[in-house]
Amino acid sequence: MRQRKIRLFLIAYLLPALTIYTVFMILPILQSMRYSLYTGTGIRPDQFVGFGNYVKLFTQFPFRLRFFNVLKNNVLFFIMVSVSQNVFGFVLAVLLTRRFKGRRFFRSLFFVPTALSVIVVGFVFKLILNPVWGVFDRMLRSLGLEALIRPWLGDPALALPILSLVTAWHFVGIPIIFFTAGIDGISDDIIEAGRIDGVSVWGEVRHILLPMLKPIIGIVTILTFVGNFSEFEIVYSMETVYGNPEYATDVFGSFFYRTAFGTVMNNVNDVGLGAALASIMFLIIFVGVLFFLRITRRET
Amino acid sequence: MRGAAKRVSLRGLLYLVLGAQSLVVLFPLWLMFNSSLKASRQIFRDPFGLPNPVFWKNYLKLFVQQSYERYFLNSIGVSVVSLLLIVVVTSLAAYAIGKYRFRGNQQIFFYFLIGLMLPIRLGTINIMQMFIRVNLYNNLLSLIAIYTAMGIPAGILIFTGFIREIPDELRDSARIDGYGETGIFLRIIVPLLTPAIVVVAVYNLIPIWNDFWFPLILINRDELMTVPLATARLFGKHETDYGLLFAILSAAAIPPIALFVTLSRYFIKGLTAGAIKG
Repeated sequence: MRQRKIRLFLIAYLLPALTIYTVFMILPILQSMRYSLYTGTGIRPDQFVGFGNYVKLFTQFPFRLRFFNVLKNNVLFFIMVSVSQNVFGFVLAVLLTRRFKGRRFFRSLFFVPTALSVIVVGFVFKLILNPVWGVFDRMLRSLGLEALIRPWLGDPALALPILSLVTAWHFVGIPIIFFTAGIDGISDDIIEAGRIDGVSVWGEVRHILLPMLKPIIGIVTILTFVGNFSEFEIVYSMETVYGNPEYATDVFGSFFYRTAFGTVMNNVNDVGLGAALASIMFLIIFVGVLFFLRITRRET
Repeated sequence: MRGAAKRVSLRGLLYLVLGAQSLVVLFPLWLMFNSSLKASRQIFRDPFGLPNPVFWKNYLKLFVQQSYERYFLNSIGVSVVSLLLIVVVTSLAAYAIGKYRFRGNQQIFFYFLIGLMLPIRLGTINIMQMFIRVNLYNNLLSLIAIYTAMGIPAGILIFTGFIREIPDELRDSARIDGYGETGIFLRIIVPLLTPAIVVVAVYNLIPIWNDFWFPLILINRDELMTVPLATARLFGKHETDYGLLFAILSAAAIPPIALFVTLSRYFIKGLTAGAIKG
């Protein structure tokens, strides 16, 4: 009797969360994979084509061109964001865990951009960098660096690195918070012992902090990876859904949006093809997460 | 370099780097707020100067002509209801997972945690179809459902961690006092969970408040837009009025910054919960 009552109680407690999570998150993601095998016009593709959508993406013009371009851009975007963000974040975290006046203040201050919407950040930097207002160019000019001035967001070679730096500016607070928490968690004895043995700052970083922070570096890298391979807003706000200039900043997120949901300019959308893209994004993220979990696992 | 001199120069270097990073963080934000209080002409002529005179008209335009407050109300409504739902459903489920041993316990916990690594937007096609079918396209309820689902994995993780720390004796003695299972949850567990409730709510608030993707897909009626979508739409509409542009961006930036400044402690706790322990 009592056992049964407890079972009913458990079901009642688990059911709301399980239902909402399954219906609005898990099933839609799985359903997208099923739709990737269908084609048709309109919102619900109904014609089975097997792997036709994938074949189209990998072999047909212009999809093949766009697909391999976004793959390349997204990999580069991830490398540039995670390297700059994690290196800066790590250096700042090492500094922020020393004992000095005001470290709490700096910890909070460096996190402020992370509280903002990507849309706001993207638009602010778009205004700062554009030649019409030209504040960034004016700053360079006043430093005597006039020769460096470029059409920052209009140069295909520069646009993606700039978007990566803006993203790193926005999210550097996350590695800072994770790394400071990690370093704070390392017992003072270990660090003290190293200092007594005369280990240099660099030696301390290399032989004590980095090995002990490996699992945290893994988590931060995974968060960045998942975020970058579904990124859309920074491209939308700074370079439109077309990933201007000349698709130099087109990534999976913007390609997926254009394909599945159409655009203002040409209201052509192909839901089956979009679903195939979503499935490929899922696969990349899944494999990437497993990979980074594996290589950053704590050795036992 | 020898001992003391080295220490002094290291300290100097530390403040130098932190000072430089503070500038990098603050300068773009200062430029935005500062320009929002200037007339467009001054923004162009004198981009780095202080507002002279202070030009409130940008904000007046935003709130009077564009009725900006309704976007705020939409965002507040969606965020508050979603957070309430997240807190209620995840604290219930986390209590069952964290305090009872039953078959599938670990599997259910793991099932919830998968969501931490899955971007929900990969399911957007089906989500859009679903809401069109049940006639909730252009309805804020659709956003509430999505944001609740999105917040569940982190909510489960944070609450389960907290609940496991609560000693079993509390529950056992409450049972002896004649409390039922629901009574134990409401009278004993919930009051102890207050700090965790704040952490879960604050942690989920920022991604919900800032989300742009789902409103872009699910909402196209102006009076139903949330702040980020309205920001993008107004930004596109007033491309040449720089004073107004900066007011639009500042109005969108102030609430999350203000919230973060007051609640940063809980936010940071939520971010690092579990991740560090695990």
